[in-house]
Amino acid sequence: MDGLTLLGTWIAALLTLCILSFLYKDNPFYKFAEYLFVGVSAGFWIAYNYHNLLLPNLIDPLKGAFVVLLLEGRLDFRWLTIIAGLLGVTMLFRFFPKAAWVSRYGIAFSVGLGAGLMFIVYLQANCIYQIWGTVKLSPVVITEGPGGQHFDWPTSVSNTLLIVGVVSALVYFYFSKEHKGVLGSTARLGIWFLMVSFGAAFGYTVMARISLLIGRMEFLIDGWLRPAVIAPIQGALASLGLL
Amino acid sequence: MRREIPMIVAFVAGVTIILEFFVPALRDVASQIQKWYLVVIAFAILVGAFNLLRINYMKIRYRRADWPYSFALIAGLFAMAIIGIGWGIKEGTVFDWLFNYLIFPMSSTVFALLAFFVASAAYRAFRARTVDATLLLVAAVVVMLGQVPIGSAWVPAWWPDSLVFLTPDWLKDRIMNIFNTAGQRAILIGASLGVVSTSLRILLGIERSYLGEE
Repeated sequence: MDGLTLLGTWIAALLTLCILSFLYKDNPFYKFAEYLFVGVSAGFWIAYNYHNLLLPNLIDPLKGAFVVLLLEGRLDFRWLTIIAGLLGVTMLFRFFPKAAWVSRYGIAFSVGLGAGLMFIVYLQANCIYQIWGTVKLSPVVITEGPGGQHFDWPTSVSNTLLIVGVVSALVYFYFSKEHKGVLGSTARLGIWFLMVSFGAAFGYTVMARISLLIGRMEFLIDGWLRPAVIAPIQGALASLGLL
Repeated sequence: MRREIPMIVAFVAGVTIILEFFVPALRDVASQIQKWYLVVIAFAILVGAFNLLRINYMKIRYRRADWPYSFALIAGLFAMAIIGIGWGIKEGTVFDWLFNYLIFPMSSTVFALLAFFVASAAYRAFRARTVDATLLLVAAVVVMLGQVPIGSAWVPAWWPDSLVFLTPDWLKDRIMNIFNTAGQRAILIGASLGVVSTSLRILLGIERSYLGEE
């Protein structure tokens, strides 16, 4: 383990322990790690956005356009990028109460464009494709086998349950009519499907968090304690002839 | 005019993107506008970072509760931003080192910490008192057992195929592929209709809350 890796391992281990100390109660070590985490995360996103958003979409095109203007004396279409820069700069006016209204241009542009994008993306991927995925299912599936055609009951039952589940859960989300009678019973069935779905999502989330916890414990034992704490101590003791 | 012009800007930007889906000739214009969007988003993140700095600066200045920790936040923010912008963010850089030994361990530990809180919340909430709560509890337990090797470890080798439906693995697959898919699909369809209607409200100027007060 080289010096930088050793230093990094120690820092990572101490910060991990600082955060885990919250399990006992809120304390200064946890608070320090919490504030540091928020700060470095914000700094990370600033640098990341500079390199991945601002540089290729604003700074580089303007630089290129400026070079063309200097060398060839003509205005390039890339100068239009300045509009994006201006719209972005308007956002910063939020910090000046008297001129805060200027920020509406940048916000309106991003909200409007976001709305347009969401309109298409959600309508296509989450609405139409999901409906299509449900209506194309057949409740009766016949498959070809060695002995001729036969009723594929596992797939048929799955498909039927899936169709019933989607329709009943959608009925539950229909609030324009009181959930009574057939509508009420269907909505009740929908709730059961939704509950199983939430339970499954919860189970998955818990397992994901536990696997992260196992990862952190593995790091503390195999990544830090053994190579960075025990091994150097053993080395030192061995060099003194005590081992 | 301080509200009308931004509304027109929102309308033109949004409608151009929608039209591009139906009119391929608008592809270049829409692609250019989407690049502008990325620039504006980058500035929005800057606004958030400035706000964070401002709040923590005020905390230090007026010695509010926990003010000494704000130094760690400000130092971390500047260090990460300056090193990242000045020396790059590629693999092997100081920025990458800071990410590997600061951000990654802290973020994964914060999320790992949630395992304890989720478990304690589940203990309080998951009482099988109603049919709904029982379904939720059973589904969660089956999925958790099906996810780990120990869940199926109790199934002996001689277990008959006809009773496979009693194993956590089999049950988890059915819950995920049928019940979970059905529930998630209904949620996606409902949520997408909500997004579509909200988008339309924004583009048509009915929803104006994003413009703030007069």
